[in-house]
Amino acid sequence: MVQALHRLKESPSQTAGPYVHIGCTPNHCGIAGVYPTDLGAAMLGPAAKGERIVVKGHVYDGGGAPLKDAMIEIWQADAAGLYNSPAEKRGASDPDFAGFGRQATDGAHGEYRLETIKPGRVPFPDGRLMAPHITFWITARGINIGLHTRMYFANEAEANMQCPVLMRVEHRQRLPTLLASREPGDGAPNYRFDIHLQGDRETIFFDI
Amino acid sequence: MSDRGSFYQRDRAWHPPAFTPQYKTSVLRSPQKAPLSLENTLSEMTGPVFGRSLLGELDNDLIHNFAKSGDPIGPRILVYGRVLDENGHGVSGALVEVWQANAGGRYRHKKESYLAPLDPNFGGCGRAITDEHGAYMFRTIKPGPYPWPNRVNDWRPAHIHFSLFGHAFAQRLITQMYFEGDPMIWQCPIVQTIPDRGAIETLVAALDRSNSIHMDILAYKFDIVLRGRRSTLFENRLEGN
Repeated sequence: MVQALHRLKESPSQTAGPYVHIGCTPNHCGIAGVYPTDLGAAMLGPAAKGERIVVKGHVYDGGGAPLKDAMIEIWQADAAGLYNSPAEKRGASDPDFAGFGRQATDGAHGEYRLETIKPGRVPFPDGRLMAPHITFWITARGINIGLHTRMYFANEAEANMQCPVLMRVEHRQRLPTLLASREPGDGAPNYRFDIHLQGDRETIFFDI
Repeated sequence: MSDRGSFYQRDRAWHPPAFTPQYKTSVLRSPQKAPLSLENTLSEMTGPVFGRSLLGELDNDLIHNFAKSGDPIGPRILVYGRVLDENGHGVSGALVEVWQANAGGRYRHKKESYLAPLDPNFGGCGRAITDEHGAYMFRTIKPGPYPWPNRVNDWRPAHIHFSLFGHAFAQRLITQMYFEGDPMIWQCPIVQTIPDRGAIETLVAALDRSNSIHMDILAYKFDIVLRGRRSTLFENRLEGN
């Protein structure tokens, strides 16, 4: 016998199911009056620093159909590359920027849309800078454990080339699955980031 | 030395795999390629932390937070427990969001088609933030089982959905709580996506008569474990990869 480690096991994941909106975006699904607003619905205060952007897209299943019942969460640094988190020890992040956003994909067409700012660069553990990116977490009916991925900016070619995470991708032809392209549109620059759960264009998901 | 290190690797064999054909919706929604392993960076080791100012007075009281003309119908229950990490430490300040069907097994959602009626006094959502020991508590009514479109005649056991934010985005988790003694747990294709029986049992809340209040409410205890992290500071490879 040896000494026991006394570790607990993480609670196993279960699907968020078709009614995730009741708990996470109740106002969006018609349950008004319990919470004043849905958590993560607004990421920006009026004085938020940085370039305002819109990120939108669809989540596609293996048959090419958009998921109309998914929930997207994002987590990102502010314009200076600082996170709004007690675990951020490098400085204080922008008080007008939440860093966290949550949206349901639209029940009619399956599109999600997030209004945020373009994040700054954040260092990898060894000090090299990662390219600007937004962490995505995707849950839905039929997804047994939330899927982590990252959105990078296609027009940041130089930073992307040097990003220690992107450099690790062995199958280079899959890299575009992590890149959002700028689209014409009124107002703030629009970036499209579609997520493919399966198939030739399956998004790179991360085991973090 | 406080716990500042990377999170323990997630045990993917303990969690359900993505592809579980007995749960039909997973067939087209399961990634087929291996996920890319990524050591924790600041993007995963930080996370949103929500202050108590977020909460309204009735947020953790599902019996009253939607009620219009009286209390909702159904067995009154108290669900309490702790959010812990894999080291057994309480996770303070964790946001716990819950959602559930009413006592008849009906969700307040436009896509729901079960014959059981809506309860005008029950919304079905609530939230709490854990105290300094990781403890949380909800008051609600016990949800009913319900049929769902999967195989021809599948039913879900009574359950409450839980969504959790710990201290880091790497700890993000959504799961479900089941009730002690329910035979339908073991017949459910969604429960059975979890390969290990012991793992399933960690999602079954224990009936707690001691914390029940006579002529008022029955208590169930449900602890949740989020990923733990290393305490060592000797993992940073300053020379680079």
